[in-house]
Amino acid sequence: MANRTKMSKRSELKDSPLIDITKKKFRWGDFLAEKIIKGVAFLSITIIILIFVFVFREAFPIFSSKSADHVNSVGNTAAGQETYGEVTDKPVAQDSQATYGEVTDQTATPKVVQGKDSVTAEPADSAYTVGAGSGFDSNQTALKSVLTKDWVPVSQKPRYGILALIVGTFKITIISMLFAAPLAIMAALYTASFAGKRMKEIIKPTIELLAGFPSVVIGFFALMILASVLQSVFHYDTRLNAFVGGIAMGIAAIPIIFTITEDALTAVPNSFYQASLALGASKWQTAFFVILPAATPGIFAAILLGIGRVFGETMIALMATGNAALMDLNPFTSVRTLAATIGAEMAEVVFGDTHYNVLFLIGSLLFIFTFILNAIAEFYVKGKLMKRIQGK
Amino acid sequence: MIKSFKKNIKGILIEGLTLSSALVIIAIVVVMITVIVIGGKNQITWEFLTSFPEDGMTKGGIFPAIYGTALLVIIMSVAAVPFGTITAIYLTEYAKENSIIAKTIRFAVRTLAVIPSIIYGLFGLGFFIKFVGTTMDNTFLGGQLKWGQPNILWASLTMALLTLPVVIVSVEEALKTVPNDLRAASLALGATKWQTIWKVVIPGSISGIMTGTILAVSRGAGEVAPILFTGVAYYVATLPASFSDQFMVLGYHIYVMTTQSANVDKTLPIQFGTTLVLLALTFILNISAIVLRYRIRKKKIN
Repeated sequence: MANRTKMSKRSELKDSPLIDITKKKFRWGDFLAEKIIKGVAFLSITIIILIFVFVFREAFPIFSSKSADHVNSVGNTAAGQETYGEVTDKPVAQDSQATYGEVTDQTATPKVVQGKDSVTAEPADSAYTVGAGSGFDSNQTALKSVLTKDWVPVSQKPRYGILALIVGTFKITIISMLFAAPLAIMAALYTASFAGKRMKEIIKPTIELLAGFPSVVIGFFALMILASVLQSVFHYDTRLNAFVGGIAMGIAAIPIIFTITEDALTAVPNSFYQASLALGASKWQTAFFVILPAATPGIFAAILLGIGRVFGETMIALMATGNAALMDLNPFTSVRTLAATIGAEMAEVVFGDTHYNVLFLIGSLLFIFTFILNAIAEFYVKGKLMKRIQGK
Repeated sequence: MIKSFKKNIKGILIEGLTLSSALVIIAIVVVMITVIVIGGKNQITWEFLTSFPEDGMTKGGIFPAIYGTALLVIIMSVAAVPFGTITAIYLTEYAKENSIIAKTIRFAVRTLAVIPSIIYGLFGLGFFIKFVGTTMDNTFLGGQLKWGQPNILWASLTMALLTLPVVIVSVEEALKTVPNDLRAASLALGATKWQTIWKVVIPGSISGIMTGTILAVSRGAGEVAPILFTGVAYYVATLPASFSDQFMVLGYHIYVMTTQSANVDKTLPIQFGTTLVLLALTFILNISAIVLRYRIRKKKIN
């Protein structure tokens, strides 16, 4: 193989002008190629920076000054109700608003009752976009209300309290990790330490297949089958709740946790294994007391990335969690996660409106959170793992 | 004797516990596939695959969704594969393994891989539609609204960003399997670095580039969150004919049918059918990628 390529290389070079090997010639082609390749390689860094800039830029107006925001909002209201995502068959989508599970304040009437509430003295012409025409005043309350627990974006007096959403997201994350992490780590330990070649050839492709499952398919499965099965087993009231959503997201997170844990386990040097066996430990003792502890930082990283996956998961959350922004710690009530809120509402908001900005603010939170998780997994954990394995 | 027996019992228990975890995961996968196949298999007919939805989506087929998905992944691949491949080439061929630049790029790629897909959607809306699109409209069309709204081009580009790390990682792995001897031989024969890459390294890793493309396509076909507000539509009566049209997608079709349609029960067979089509599509792609990758790894070992 190597020879053949060499031969073809040689015959090609015959056609090209002789190369003076004593002198290094400056080649424009090579120079340009290298510069272009280098430039393109920076693209991924550029994208990260752009994501930072543009997601934060749209979230920023919440904190901005009075006059600018007011002009902005009036201008946009006048420009008409732009919506994103859905074009036609709007009635069908609106009929089913209830499936989103908004709890209260759906009864937003288009008339502004003057003087009823001094804070929401909105301009009358912007009142037709329900909960959208945010003047400065309601914007101020919106900013104040971000840290409360009422998420009522579509109402005469919109409130954007994201605490319930945050609690819901964490609830689901914890449930899914309690389900997925032990399962995936145990399976990875089995694959790395006990499984024969045959078994490995079954497990690994299965995990890869699971990793390839589109999240909307897992969401569909959870919504149609898992929810009913779990309800008939545990007899709770709400069919779609944090528990169902958590299990479904756990299924989605299993491949990530499994793969990274397995990588960490197989990265433990063979000498650890042999030394342990030589000291008289059995296979399972070695696996449990030597290999597993040596790989803990890697397993920690696996769980962190699993959390990141669940935290940002949108489609499963939209389909299987019930989507009601309730704030309690009962695993069997409906929840609304941060990502699902963006997914469900972004298509219907008016561009430049407070609601729009709050959704971007939620996006920024998600972004920062996953970014930090990844950074921890990347630097802290990997450094520690390397140190431990190399015995420094 | 008793001690060793106790030790054995514990060993068997622990091995059994870990084995059963693995089996549970396999069972989950098998159950999911079985349920969806059983629910959808009667629905899959030639007509279902090639006709338009009828009667307010309660009858008819899913052709526009299949067409839209195909178009989406094609435009996405055209954007993502070259850039991903070039980044991988830079990382393996040009950058020094431990240089700060290479480390930063690798970190950026891994970060891109873990950013939630909904954030890409927000970015697509904020950057492509509201920034690039509106700027294009203002400069070329005098403020007329054409590019500053969701369409298939922006959706595909958003998806391309999402799948970029998939391509980079696969191609990088393949590039590393090209033996250094080949590079050295090519350089020794007087080929320049770029000639070596173009004529030796890339042909040697073409299957890796294909694996990356397939995985990216499979990911792109299944993701819905990034395109929720960058171009996908619940229903469009015509197939997308230009970059500025909206389009339908299999995954979004499933989502809309299950959560937003007026009578979920009536469309249940269509939901299962659509899910089966999407699952089959991603499976075929994934299995071919898995097979290709195992072949590459085998080559590396030999």
